[in-house]
Amino acid sequence: MFDGFIIRAIIAGVGVALVVGVLGCFVVWRRMAYFGDSLAHSSLLGIALGLLYGFSVNIGIIIVCSVFAVLLVWLQHKHILATDTLLGILAHASLSLGMVALSFLDYIQFDLHSYLFGDILTITNTDLLWIYLGGGAVLTLLILNWSSLTLMTIHEDLAKAEGVRTFRTQLLLMFLMTIVVAFSVRIVGILLITSLLIIPAATARQLAKTPESMAVTASILGVAAVLLGIFGSLQFDTPSGPSIVTAASLLFLILFPVLKLRSSLQKTGHT
Amino acid sequence: MNNLIQVDNISVIRDRKQILSNVSLEVGVNDFITIIGPNGAGKSMLLKCLMGFYQPDSGAVACSPNLKIGYLPQRLVADLTMPITVKRFLQLRKTTNPNELTNVIDETQIASLLSLPLYVLSGGELQRVLLARALLDQPQLLILDEPAQNLDVSGQLAFYKLIEKIHLERKLAVLMVSHDLHLVMSSTKKVVCLYHHVCCSGEPQVVTQDPEFISLFGNDMARLMSVYHHTHDHAHEDHHV
Repeated sequence: MFDGFIIRAIIAGVGVALVVGVLGCFVVWRRMAYFGDSLAHSSLLGIALGLLYGFSVNIGIIIVCSVFAVLLVWLQHKHILATDTLLGILAHASLSLGMVALSFLDYIQFDLHSYLFGDILTITNTDLLWIYLGGGAVLTLLILNWSSLTLMTIHEDLAKAEGVRTFRTQLLLMFLMTIVVAFSVRIVGILLITSLLIIPAATARQLAKTPESMAVTASILGVAAVLLGIFGSLQFDTPSGPSIVTAASLLFLILFPVLKLRSSLQKTGHT
Repeated sequence: MNNLIQVDNISVIRDRKQILSNVSLEVGVNDFITIIGPNGAGKSMLLKCLMGFYQPDSGAVACSPNLKIGYLPQRLVADLTMPITVKRFLQLRKTTNPNELTNVIDETQIASLLSLPLYVLSGGELQRVLLARALLDQPQLLILDEPAQNLDVSGQLAFYKLIEKIHLERKLAVLMVSHDLHLVMSSTKKVVCLYHHVCCSGEPQVVTQDPEFISLFGNDMARLMSVYHHTHDHAHEDHHV
């Protein structure tokens, strides 16, 4: 009853949603939304390099985003400029550089729009492999480092005193984000990746009592948003990436006040 | 080595400023050391060097093998964005047996807080939870960085009493940065007065009469300390100006 491309889109979207739900919690807790956004902007340069030199766009994104992250950490240690200033500079410099590089590519056909907003309906089997292998690796590393990451998020020095190598763990988290940015570009595009990271996690916040349940809930909400988005996109012939983010936002808008009301009712019930 | 930690002549220079200069310190088994000093005197840096967060530019820090340190940060700002209960927080990254957990919970009187989210706790409750977490590893040494700074006076008193009780019962060493010398006077065995270098150190009543202590904290502080040390059993009429 479904065409192959729809099935591939669903498999891809569900895979991405499962990973970004978990990673998104750390983005919310550690206030990395602007970092995620900047990373995604810089990935355009990676796309340009990938197309220019003929290797995979995903590899290009991972290389450029990793350089971006290392550069950011190095500049942060200089303590001269605030992090948001540094992010602003790095993000827009690499975005512009990416656009400039792409302008040299007039001999290659590519759809800039699909990189900016994603195009889940043109997913290939190679994309699926990237999502499931990359996503599997990201999830595994997140779970293995879960308690260190969570403790470090609660209190950095406390984690250090208890033997967490915080610098290494922080770099790991940044690297995991570059991988996720690389394979999510195909789904929601450069401009919308951050929303996929933070909206399900933010919605899950009200539903959860522990960090772990927040991560699981965020993943489930992400999957729901992807499915709603894809079907909405087919039904109303709307662009897929923005439809997914619209669905996620609707879930947030509906659930957030309802849950807020429920928790305040519970509070008054107790006292 | 009989000491838990031996600090030999460490110096730290950061941004061309001398933060610590030739600081030496010994933390022995069952010691109770209070480090005092004005803001920016390098107290936190000294703790960072002790715990190995920061390598001093010169000098050496040696720890006894298998030394377990329990660390209590100045404060924990529990963030609303992360839902986490006290119980889950205590068990995060810890493999404790249930008996040990129950003991520590009793010791720090946090049984009634276990199911609450971290961010609803008061300052004093949070410090007790942090203390519980530090004790779970059964440390030989407890390092506390101004642990009562954000508590009100009665909270400070109660917290220091608890620290003293744990120090005596568990026979563990305590190293504490604190401004509340008058409150920890009775339990402190050794005061280290730090202002980039060790100005003076020794038993509390000796230190408070040291000219370096008086020049750093002023006569009033020295007088206050000596009053405290007489444990209020007689009045000091002559001290009224």
